[in-house]
Amino acid sequence: MADELSCVCHTRLASGFEVHADLHLPLDRAPVTVLFGPSGAGKTTLLRMLAGLDRPLDGAIAFRGQTWFASAQGICLPPQQRRAGYVAQDYALFPHLTVAANIFYAARPGKPREYLKTFGLDDLAGRYPRAISSGQRQRVALARALTAEPALLLLDEPLSALDAAARARTRQQLRNLLLASGVPCIVVTHDRMEAISLGDWIAVMVDGRVRQCGPVQDVFQRPADSQVAESVGVENVLPARIVSRDVGLLTLEAGGAPLQAVDSGENGVLAVCIRAEDVAIAREPAAPSSMRNRLPGRVTSLTLEGPLARVELDCGFPLVALITTQSAEELELKTGEAVCAIVKTTAVHVAARSGGMDE
Amino acid sequence: MDWQAIWLSVRLSVFTTAILLAVGTPLAAWLAFSRWRWKFLVEAVVALPLVLPPTVLGFYILLAIGPRSPLGALYGKITGGILPFSFQGLLLASVLYSLPFTVQPVASSFASVDRGLVEASWCLGASRFATFRRIVVPLSRRGIATGAILSFAHTMGEFGVVLMVGGNIAGVTRTVSITIYDQVQALDYAAATQTSLFLLALSFLVLAFTYAFQRRVWNVWPMS
Repeated sequence: MADELSCVCHTRLASGFEVHADLHLPLDRAPVTVLFGPSGAGKTTLLRMLAGLDRPLDGAIAFRGQTWFASAQGICLPPQQRRAGYVAQDYALFPHLTVAANIFYAARPGKPREYLKTFGLDDLAGRYPRAISSGQRQRVALARALTAEPALLLLDEPLSALDAAARARTRQQLRNLLLASGVPCIVVTHDRMEAISLGDWIAVMVDGRVRQCGPVQDVFQRPADSQVAESVGVENVLPARIVSRDVGLLTLEAGGAPLQAVDSGENGVLAVCIRAEDVAIAREPAAPSSMRNRLPGRVTSLTLEGPLARVELDCGFPLVALITTQSAEELELKTGEAVCAIVKTTAVHVAARSGGMDE
Repeated sequence: MDWQAIWLSVRLSVFTTAILLAVGTPLAAWLAFSRWRWKFLVEAVVALPLVLPPTVLGFYILLAIGPRSPLGALYGKITGGILPFSFQGLLLASVLYSLPFTVQPVASSFASVDRGLVEASWCLGASRFATFRRIVVPLSRRGIATGAILSFAHTMGEFGVVLMVGGNIAGVTRTVSITIYDQVQALDYAAATQTSLFLLALSFLVLAFTYAFQRRVWNVWPMS
């Protein structure tokens, strides 16, 4: 694929933390890639290596056929030659320049002032960065990066400086601006909602490595391993082992309970991933139904979260279910009561078990 | 009052400050941004005039610019004159003597410019020099102003180096501080008082003006 970014590089931070980034992005098909992972996973380090601000110890980075970095040939293009618009987490606006001077800092002469309107900044042109809101600063930083006509945009936690309400409002606006710019973009975030609403493509980083990369929906539904599952917010991730496999069905044992899943050929050390919203709850050990996985257990806690209720169960292993508050009331669920958790076979996703999870 | 000496001191200070800004700024930038492992040696050399007795510094400068030294010989070949006991020689000595007073505040203000701003400028395609000119220098102007004023004031008051390198030639190398010394030696306390008072008032005014000016800058740009 010609139209892509490929980065295979390795670096070690002063703290001794190692980052091994192996990232290949089809930027033509997926304009916005989210680099997702918990804090301290190495996302910013990777972004800075892409921007040319930090030099990897070894490896290679190529963008659309142009070599940006190759340790073997001793090539390392400076940031100026990469044309990668990097927007830092704090936006790094020049404090001694007005909004307009910031935005046109790197613009070609003759760039029309109407450009400010696109970003809703025409009223603020003469203000200084300290005199505008965080949301406006974020737009100034984005506008400034885009006037330099970058070939690739790199945004580090673009919404983290905003308060929660502004963040939710700004997400869609940011995605629209990114799509309208026509510039492929990599956005770092540790926020699931941001990942889902901003990204077409997602790369999940855990412990300094890119663990999984693909369309956002795919990765969220079929995480490759248990750590990816946990970081994308799958509530139930349990160590499991295969008991038997039979005509496309896999029987597993997790926490002493039998579970059935669709067999997609997994082998080795496994974990099962079940989303809380895929767990249903019944009072009785349930009448026969198409549901294959029935797990008797006890309610250990019940938390109302607006229209939804989060029910924690003990079925020999902890299991979280997310049901409507209405159902919870109709079932008259109370802590300590015996219930039956029901999970569809297709809702049990089998993934590789990764570090940090014990049987 | 010896207006001739005052005028000479002012001229010397203005020229010294101008040269120091031209020479000291790149040197300060190098000291602030270089990662060379032996950089501390250069820093130590730049700071030497702070601790060295002016007579020692003056003595070495005198040797270095004498007509028989390579530098003095080269100067003689080009201009036909000599450096010791001339205004040019005095200027050279003043520049060396006040070097740390420019370089240290300027270098420390360069180094304190947020690195994120510099990186942002690079990523916007601005070269290292353009970034220095458009971001680092404007954000360091308080440090640069401080360096210039300190150098000016320091040159106005220098004594030992002037005496060693320049001697005491009226209109050529006799600066205000030397005049005061002469007046005291001649037991002319009235004249010495007058000249000293003038120097004191001038120094105070320059500093007061500077602080007032910086206060104004502070209110417009409360960056620190």
